[in-house]
Amino acid sequence: MPDAAKPDATTQDPVRLLDEHGARTASDRYDPLIADLDDHALAGLYEDMVLIRRIDAEGMALQRQGELALWPPLLGQEAAQIGLGRALRSDDFVFSSYREHGVAYCRGVAPVDLLRVWRGVSVSGWDPFEAGMASPQVIIGAQALHATGYAMGIQNDRERDPATPDSVAVACFGDGAMSEGDVNEAMVFAATYQAPVVFFCQNNQYAISEPVSLQTRVPLADRPAGFGIPSARVDGNDVLAVTAVVREALERARGGGGPGFIEAVTYRMGPHTTADDPTRYRDPAELELWSARDPIQRLRAHLESRGAFGPELEESVAARADQVAAELRAGCIAMPDPDALEVFADVYAEPHAELDRQRADYARYLGGFVS
Amino acid sequence: MTTMTMGKALNAGLRRAMTDDDRVVLMGEDIGTLGGVYRITDGLQAEFGERRVMDTPLAEAGILGTAIGLAYRGYRPVCEIQFDGFVYPAFDQIVSQVAKMHARTHGLVRMPITVRIPVGGGIGAAEHHSESPEAYFAHTAGLRVVSVSNPQDACTMLRQAIASDDPVIFFEPKRRYHVKAEVDDAVALTEAPALGSARIARPGEHVTLITWGGLVGVALDAALAAEDEGTSIEVVDLRSLSPVDYDTVTASVRRTGRVVIAQEGPREASIASEVVAVLTERCFAFLEAAPVRVTGHDIPYPPARLEKHHLPDLDRILYGVDRVLGRVRETGVEVSP
Repeated sequence: MPDAAKPDATTQDPVRLLDEHGARTASDRYDPLIADLDDHALAGLYEDMVLIRRIDAEGMALQRQGELALWPPLLGQEAAQIGLGRALRSDDFVFSSYREHGVAYCRGVAPVDLLRVWRGVSVSGWDPFEAGMASPQVIIGAQALHATGYAMGIQNDRERDPATPDSVAVACFGDGAMSEGDVNEAMVFAATYQAPVVFFCQNNQYAISEPVSLQTRVPLADRPAGFGIPSARVDGNDVLAVTAVVREALERARGGGGPGFIEAVTYRMGPHTTADDPTRYRDPAELELWSARDPIQRLRAHLESRGAFGPELEESVAARADQVAAELRAGCIAMPDPDALEVFADVYAEPHAELDRQRADYARYLGGFVS
Repeated sequence: MTTMTMGKALNAGLRRAMTDDDRVVLMGEDIGTLGGVYRITDGLQAEFGERRVMDTPLAEAGILGTAIGLAYRGYRPVCEIQFDGFVYPAFDQIVSQVAKMHARTHGLVRMPITVRIPVGGGIGAAEHHSESPEAYFAHTAGLRVVSVSNPQDACTMLRQAIASDDPVIFFEPKRRYHVKAEVDDAVALTEAPALGSARIARPGEHVTLITWGGLVGVALDAALAAEDEGTSIEVVDLRSLSPVDYDTVTASVRRTGRVVIAQEGPREASIASEVVAVLTERCFAFLEAAPVRVTGHDIPYPPARLEKHHLPDLDRILYGVDRVLGRVRETGVEVSP
């Protein structure tokens, strides 16, 4: 391993329930948490991961063809995101960064809505309250505070009305965000108020070009202890382990046990975004190493070992992926450019005379052109 | 009606807002047991409990960032920033998040957050305790920015700010905290002047003198002094810095034909600069003289014993009035000091 992965030399081995060949490792602590994952449920996780990988690939392709301004790929992080997304309840609430397409997909966001921001026709793609997921955050780590505040709101609501569901807020961010003040302040607030929030850090080894060793001298999962927050380090390419660890943290938070932190150790197989060139900073040998840890192949091998993977499943999932990709492409290309005066929309919730004046002036100006 | 200081009026406004809407929560440093360093939240934690009056960790970005999450959950947070110069750690959460959330979500997520900030100088304080950062916030779309100057406005405008579905940066001039006046803390908000409106603090004929917050008292004193010399000054208390109530301001300037604007903050790219620019555009044909700005210098806020050389005082405001009336002989000074 190159130096970039030095913080992998850890005091805490990542929780792993599937090895790189899909063989199941027994765990007294985590097995009961995923006892319900039968062949059918595992096939569902497999389909989710294949589909989101296909949606992601289509996003890359659409950008390369000029249909999207930018796309931040999740390739390699499917198990981390699907494992998290499928462990949540509909009344939980996610505050994510811009790469959590897999989580959004699990929250019921239509694939085409994932593209709106990146096509540049909108600043957000979906109704946060319908999905139980906020608009993706571009400022690194800012959303960790929003999740913590939301969790404080859940506490308030439950104190006011004990019948309020024991929902949990989830903050998704990456290894780079661990250096931001907002994430550290969020952990202070969460610990102080014992708020029901789960910090889910996908350590994909890079913040654009900067290796995680530039963000930390110790494993990321060792840091929450300093805030008094229990943490877990999990193999982020093992969807079973992610599911188990997330469920454990969610249950603790629901039961009044306060915040939790999860470091999902994974790898960003693609560029930071379509505007990035990772060949300038990454060793090809590293890619090869992580290719062998592919999360989808791992689950597929596990399904095979259970005798639960056959051509039927493979073909039906592939057909569904083709269909989702075709719909996504068609939906993307069909998105109209918004009306010019949309730029003035919703800046304020209440009337604003000066902005109304600017809007009227600009409308008059535009009206002066011969169409 | 009760006679009270502006500080007490703010306290009464908070109590009224919390009573009227149980989704109003207060957050800040030292606001609970202590009642705030200026005692504006005095007694409120005892009355409403720790869930609604939260002492927070010492992290301004944390206060604003968690307020956003609470707003997502349907609460109306009122955040106290202890001093003007302490707001900058929260700047990103205010300008990148609070200000933009409503537009970002096509109006689906509202940010009814009020950020209370004690502001300005004239109190002999230490570094970072006397600043006037209004322009930073007025420059950001999505925020409303107000500054109060008297007990009644303080009480009513704070209630209006909390009731507003837009985020409001609410400036409280420290040097006015102890000013006393009659206050009705139960004014019907719909009947009170709108949050975004300016107020003619004193009618006059010859010069429009525009200011807000901490300098309103100084401007009224200047108008009184000018009256002795036969100059009638109309004092406009802007109250709202974003948006500015240009209907009221332009009507006054069109009547007087002369305008002086005074502010504590530095001149460069300031509220005074913007208001003068708009008045020049909209009232050009009515102006008898170039507008005059009387402002703080473009310097870091000076130590206490030098602040009198930075802050516009009665004499500097009257010098500005003399300039706009053409009474100042050429001194080589290009603008009003």
